[in-house]
Amino acid sequence: MASTRRKFVLGTLGIAGALVVGWGLMPPRQRLTTAQPLPTAEGEVAFNGWVRIARDGTVTVALAKSEMGQGVVTSLCMLLAEELDADWSRVRWQQSPIDGIYNNIASVVDGLPVHPDTDNIAVDAVRWLTAKAMREIGVMMTGGSSSVKDLWLPMRQAGASARQMLVAAAAAQWGVAAADCGTENGEVIAPDGRRLGYGALAAAAAQLALPRDPPLKAPERFKRIGQPTRRLDTPGKIDGSARFGIDALPDGLLYASVRLCPALGGRAHSHDDAAARAVRGVKAVLAVEPLRGGTGGVAVIADHPWRARQAADKLDVNWDHGALASFSSAQAIEGFAAAARTERGFAFYETGEVDAALAGATTRIEAEYRAPYLAHEALEPINCTVLFEGNKATVWVSTQVPGLARQAAAGALGLPDEAVAVQVLMLGGGFGRRLEVDFIAQAAAIAKAVPGHPVQTMWSREQDIRHDLYRPACAARFEAGFDADKRLVAWKNTSAGQAIVPQVLTRAFGLPGGGPDKTTSEGAFDQAYEWPAARIAHVKVDAPLQVGFWRSVGHSHQAFFKEGFVDECAHAAGQDPLAFRESLLRRHPKQLAVLRAAAHAAGWGTPSPPAPDGAKTARGLALHDSFGSTVAQVAEVSLGPDKAIRVHRVWCAIDCGFAVNPAGIRQQLEGGVVFGLSAALHGGVEIVDGQVQQSNFHDQPILRLNEAPRVDCLILPGDGHPEGVGEPGVPPIAPAVANALFALTGQRLRSLPLTLA
Amino acid sequence: MTTTLKVNGREVSVDADADTPLLWVLRADLKLTGTKFGCGMALCGACTVHADGQPIRACVTPVSAVAGQAITTIEGITGPEIAALRAAWTAVDVVQCGYCQGGQLMSACALLKSNPRPDEAAIDAAMSGNLCRCGTYQRIKEAVALAAQQVKG
Repeated sequence: MASTRRKFVLGTLGIAGALVVGWGLMPPRQRLTTAQPLPTAEGEVAFNGWVRIARDGTVTVALAKSEMGQGVVTSLCMLLAEELDADWSRVRWQQSPIDGIYNNIASVVDGLPVHPDTDNIAVDAVRWLTAKAMREIGVMMTGGSSSVKDLWLPMRQAGASARQMLVAAAAAQWGVAAADCGTENGEVIAPDGRRLGYGALAAAAAQLALPRDPPLKAPERFKRIGQPTRRLDTPGKIDGSARFGIDALPDGLLYASVRLCPALGGRAHSHDDAAARAVRGVKAVLAVEPLRGGTGGVAVIADHPWRARQAADKLDVNWDHGALASFSSAQAIEGFAAAARTERGFAFYETGEVDAALAGATTRIEAEYRAPYLAHEALEPINCTVLFEGNKATVWVSTQVPGLARQAAAGALGLPDEAVAVQVLMLGGGFGRRLEVDFIAQAAAIAKAVPGHPVQTMWSREQDIRHDLYRPACAARFEAGFDADKRLVAWKNTSAGQAIVPQVLTRAFGLPGGGPDKTTSEGAFDQAYEWPAARIAHVKVDAPLQVGFWRSVGHSHQAFFKEGFVDECAHAAGQDPLAFRESLLRRHPKQLAVLRAAAHAAGWGTPSPPAPDGAKTARGLALHDSFGSTVAQVAEVSLGPDKAIRVHRVWCAIDCGFAVNPAGIRQQLEGGVVFGLSAALHGGVEIVDGQVQQSNFHDQPILRLNEAPRVDCLILPGDGHPEGVGEPGVPPIAPAVANALFALTGQRLRSLPLTLA
Repeated sequence: MTTTLKVNGREVSVDADADTPLLWVLRADLKLTGTKFGCGMALCGACTVHADGQPIRACVTPVSAVAGQAITTIEGITGPEIAALRAAWTAVDVVQCGYCQGGQLMSACALLKSNPRPDEAAIDAAMSGNLCRCGTYQRIKEAVALAAQQVKG
């Protein structure tokens, strides 16, 4: 019956169905072995595309994701080491090469615009098809809080496969059955208790046939996965030896400084470089075009970074301000607000008859919310180092997308992709900025001027802030209706703003972008609340300003809008904000449990203690689903002198499925709260005539240590596979604080950054 | 022009204009990349080094201003304070991306040298000039306090 129904449904999928059947005939999707074997050092062997073992027993894990602080070095090594039964003290890591097995599948599947409660076979088939396709045509990408989820099976399988080969080699040597041997802490153990280290077995084991479908441990047998585990990358980060992109030091390194057109997307019309060329150490001056969503300008290459900067400052440039010459962010946001008021947009979620329910409601409330454009402000300013050698090139860069980085550099250098090697270094923060390749194409175009010399192109902090690809601004309109008993009967939400994914498809892949972009409405339509009737839509407004992914993407503002208006609804219904939310989650035990855990930890319903200086405090609550995880936060706030908003404590509860490294999850939640608070209290760039007005940490501040709240985290025991943790801590904090400020002051803040009247 | 510096206990000569910020001399001329560029305006603290034991921001300090002083970077710092701080940073699992952490440790080390038993207000005052975009502040506070308890003088 199930099978007949499946065939029928697939048949109705038409072309997609045919593709699914076609893929179904292919061998099982494998993510174990690379096209080229992993490069190995003397005395070392590769077991598959994920692990090498040296004669001395050192296990080196291939890291296919970029470490940008989110702890993938540790969590991904844990996955492989668990199934390998490795000696944790001998586990090392090295960045992987570029290969299809490392393509990110989980994030693309998560990007499908489907409500999480949707459960039908057509959606399952599309998910499956997408996963298959991404294995072949996808990209290596670190983002979307997807790393552990994406590699949960492949890296465990890789560890299990290598373990099985090591056991087989030991068993052959001992003349016993492999099934009678065990493994522990980097050794195979014979039935009589003899032991052989993995290092001694590696060479023989690697000659054996690759096991197919090695069995994986049942979770109750995990020894390392699930244990709070300290970071493996700490030593180099506390003694100055860790190498970030900006620390690339190839021999003979030259440095480039760029004068970028003040208007985003503009270019140099003409320039006079006489004064710049007179600066000592200057090797070349060249104009660079806007590439991959970036801005054009004039670059100076010199023998020293300071002299390159000094010389660039001496350039006299006539600018062509381009398509954004009259762009104003304030006007754009007014336009979004108008669109949200007047247009229907694309409905990502509809249930019941919302307009009829609103018309029949006894009382109605409505509100309009806004969020600004945001810069990423990673602490490592944008930089990229390129060595062009005629028919080949090397790129050293901190990037979230090594494959796209290679394409961008190759494109700028006129080389085939395969002629470009990419060395991914540590990222001094990514947050989505390093999903972009504008600066990589630019650095390649610059390095092309001096073949044989590596050139590091480095932006100033001012350029990093003024030439970002910003979190899109957004405006949202809400209407809610209540019946005579003050029960919510209708929820209508239309947001408006720019869409990221179509722009990315164009600037990164050269493809026209079409179709609904889930990121425009994520956080609005894909939530657990059980609306009796609802319509949740987004109006896509095109603008030439390039927008990008910013930690938690659409959730970063949609959570603020939605949880703010839920709070407004609770008050309109005369209910406690916790009780009101509970009443909308009767069929969602996971969200209910997380919400109650945070509220209980915070002492919700009891009076909040005064601030250290005696000021009155109040608490606010927010609940949000993102990247597969559910997070609830309670913020405790007070006002300082000049109505300064102070956040003293945050209680944060999460259900992120299987918690692989609880220590890393806590770090991400704490950091997510601080990251979200920076935006909630200080974030927002203004653009006038295409030029970003803010420039550095004085006028675009991020939270400082004395402003940081104490964050208490609770990790609820979750089921099944792991879900995202890098981003889900960010979205709930802005609304939790705004809701607390309402409780404290009676002022409902509907615009970010939060500012009291 | 040639400037003679004493960096991490070693005398070095660099050919740099007098107004060149110490940061770029350390990073480009001396290849000491543990000192980071973050803002160029003494706003973030990623470039914190010690000059004769005092914490300074290398991005706004002309190399001529520190000629003859003992410069210490994250690669070269030794002593009971930094040892306790590194142990505390490890035990508390402070770092995330790590880019700011060299500067954080240099600021924390200068604090413990001048004030071996800092209270919370002293930690806030000494450490609020060092930005961390990953938001590790809560753990930095905890680790500085832990290190202060454990420094053996």
